[in-house]
Amino acid sequence: MKQTTCFHCGDLCQSKHIIYQEKDFCCNGCKTVYEIFSENDLTCYYDLQQTPGATPQDIEGKYDFLEDEIIIEKLTEFNDGKHQIASLTIPHIHCSSCIWILENLNKLNPNITASQVNFGKKTVRITYKTEAFSLKEAVLLLSKIGYEPYISLEDFSTGKSKVNRSLIYKLGVAGFAFGNVMFLSFPEYFEVNEFWLEQYKIVFRWLMFTFSLPVVFYAAQDYFISAYKGLKSKLLNIDIPIALGILVLFIRSTAEIVLNIGTGFFDSLTGLVFFLLLGKYFQQRTYNFLSFERDYKSYFPIAVTKIYKGEEKPIQVYDIKKGDRLLIRNEELIPVDGILINGNANIDYSFVTGESEAVKKASGDKLFAGGKQTSGSIEIEALNAVEQSYLTQLWSNDVFNKNKEDGFTTLTNTISKRFTIIVLSIAVVATTFWLFVDATKALNVFTSVLIIACPCAIALSAPFTLGNLLRIFGKLKFYLKNASVIEQLAKIDTIIFDKTGTITSNKKTKTTYRGSKLTPNEEILLTSTLRHSNHPLSRSLYKLLQQNNIESLDYFEEHLGEGIYGKTQNESIKIGSAKYVGQLQPETELSTAVHISTNNTYKGKFTFYNAYRKGISKLFNQLKTNYDLAILSGDNASELNNLKKLLPSKTKLIFNQKPNDKLEYIKHHQNNGANVLMIGDGLNDAGALAQSNVGIAISENINVFSPACDAILDASKFNQLYHYIKASKTAIKIIKWSFVFSFFYNAIGLYFAITGQLMPVIAAILMPLSSISIVVFTTIATNILGQKLK
Amino acid sequence: MSVIYVLLTISIIIAIVFFIGFIKAVKSGQYDDDYTPSVRMLFEDELVKTKPNKTINKTKV
Repeated sequence: MKQTTCFHCGDLCQSKHIIYQEKDFCCNGCKTVYEIFSENDLTCYYDLQQTPGATPQDIEGKYDFLEDEIIIEKLTEFNDGKHQIASLTIPHIHCSSCIWILENLNKLNPNITASQVNFGKKTVRITYKTEAFSLKEAVLLLSKIGYEPYISLEDFSTGKSKVNRSLIYKLGVAGFAFGNVMFLSFPEYFEVNEFWLEQYKIVFRWLMFTFSLPVVFYAAQDYFISAYKGLKSKLLNIDIPIALGILVLFIRSTAEIVLNIGTGFFDSLTGLVFFLLLGKYFQQRTYNFLSFERDYKSYFPIAVTKIYKGEEKPIQVYDIKKGDRLLIRNEELIPVDGILINGNANIDYSFVTGESEAVKKASGDKLFAGGKQTSGSIEIEALNAVEQSYLTQLWSNDVFNKNKEDGFTTLTNTISKRFTIIVLSIAVVATTFWLFVDATKALNVFTSVLIIACPCAIALSAPFTLGNLLRIFGKLKFYLKNASVIEQLAKIDTIIFDKTGTITSNKKTKTTYRGSKLTPNEEILLTSTLRHSNHPLSRSLYKLLQQNNIESLDYFEEHLGEGIYGKTQNESIKIGSAKYVGQLQPETELSTAVHISTNNTYKGKFTFYNAYRKGISKLFNQLKTNYDLAILSGDNASELNNLKKLLPSKTKLIFNQKPNDKLEYIKHHQNNGANVLMIGDGLNDAGALAQSNVGIAISENINVFSPACDAILDASKFNQLYHYIKASKTAIKIIKWSFVFSFFYNAIGLYFAITGQLMPVIAAILMPLSSISIVVFTTIATNILGQKLK
Repeated sequence: MSVIYVLLTISIIIAIVFFIGFIKAVKSGQYDDDYTPSVRMLFEDELVKTKPNKTINKTKV
């Protein structure tokens, strides 16, 4: 059988293959999107990128809540009665075709006046006329063409967030002043005693003074604030010598021009601040499209349908009260703990546990918030409000309010503690010496030492090394929240893994067959029957068995939640639960299985196993020499024997862990002095990820879901973890080497300072030279490191 | 008045004009998204190019 792929979305065309205008489509949805585009002259969408689309999902009634005025008000940025502007997050945005089609929305509906995509943030900002159009229609239009927006509770509570651009402003101010001051200070460096220079140098000096004012009082203010905070909490951080240096530079330079004894160090001052801010900017590299601060709010819907006196009415999630009757549609998330009243509940708890297998529930069973309904609509009765749910209560734990960076001393700050003390003592000793030898020079020497010792190069080492490594990691699909995560990662000694979804893959499941052997005819019948079913287990079993021929069935029947039945002329097959196929023996194993009977005789069963990620054994063997390894699983112990075979013997295996147990386990280890790296995926790991020193979330699709963490690792790069940790360690070595370089420069400068010969021109050369050489060294070194990683 | 004052004034005014331009650019959000514009500018040609193609296809059918 030839495999054809869908022209629109690129998926394999299987049971519902459609050919339209000589193009293949995997389903009606994809074909409809193509029709919409071709009617509106938008087929250019397919020229820019091959198979860029996504299959539109069935969204009947899902967005009714967007008619609610209060919700519209919360979601729109601008609303004057005639026009509205709304920014919508669309996870599917991934290529240039996406940008193109979304920015041509006005061709699909003239009421949309403008639409602009932010590719990095994966948002589209739509302006539309409210007379004949609404937010709901905009969302429906987007969904219809396969770009369903993602609207969660988070959009509701944060509202319109302001972008903080102050660092760019400060950098601009410092750069502007630096350039101009350099320009103005040049004539005097050549010390030609020309008539006009002598006459106008006062003007030049005061102009430089004016330019330096915004640099000291605006651009450099963070350093003063940080130094003050450091002193207050008795921490000698790196910003103290920097602030001291800036202050002394400014005061001494001002004094020099007031007393007309020299040009001052204004160029060094502005240059210093400019380079320091540049380092900060470089380190502040963030991934717009990822969020590292997610809690349950980004998973939960804004509104839910309430059934009140037989009427369906959308209400906000926060308004749910105990006893409310709620309607959960197919593919909707259950926002509160509740009791199932009626309907066929098949709940997928993968957001919560990482386990993708859906769980069946019967009327009267308790359903937990966070589960996703996967087969038809159900009605539930709310047991409590959103904040009091079993899952959401985890977020009331203190760890979620703690900032991990607070408790961590960076390498730079460790060095700066000694550095500050040494510099101050050199300054004092040199000054006392000169007080006895030549008292006129004493003040000059004291200020010179503080100026030259200003640890610009030291302060730049870490930001440039870590900032560059951060970007290299980003290219290799390992996304870190900030640069200090690299330093923390280098200190790790214990690694704890979650099982389901972390070391096992969500997508591929392995299966083994046990029972009497199936005849070739029966095998054909089996695959042909499976092909008709959309149940996830049928789908994955079908994929695993696909080598067989397909024959057409005479009869097919699907019993929701039980199994499927297929029949040809002389044979029939039943596939499904043990009860359905007539197997009366009770289940002995804990794992998921699909049972089979043909012509009403029981044949056997396919047992599903989680497939472990590629290279897992190798990874654990690489890690075992240097790290304590453990696996914390929320599941039962059915995989214990498999894991024992696969992993090094000293790996601890612990099962049946509740979210809070995981957190406590990590806390316990930390209290014994361990630096813990936690690797998890589901919301049930959220507590553990927050408690650990470094929490890495594994994600099959980085654009969709991951709990709050310090880093997100693409699942395909999971086996590279060891190399990433090793690279972090090398980065620390690079920083240490650049410290050595900086000390070398400082030693040269100190020689001039102590002997009282520090001229502005020497400072003006030494300062940029040291900074630039450090930047060059760290950049080259990290790039070499990055090359090795590939 | 010496020519140097005139030159200094001009040079500083020009510098300040550029500085204000930079601040305005940042404020308008130009630095928030540094990827999409680079792709967007390539689309202008695509639109013109595909239009005639389409009409030819239609007449064929």
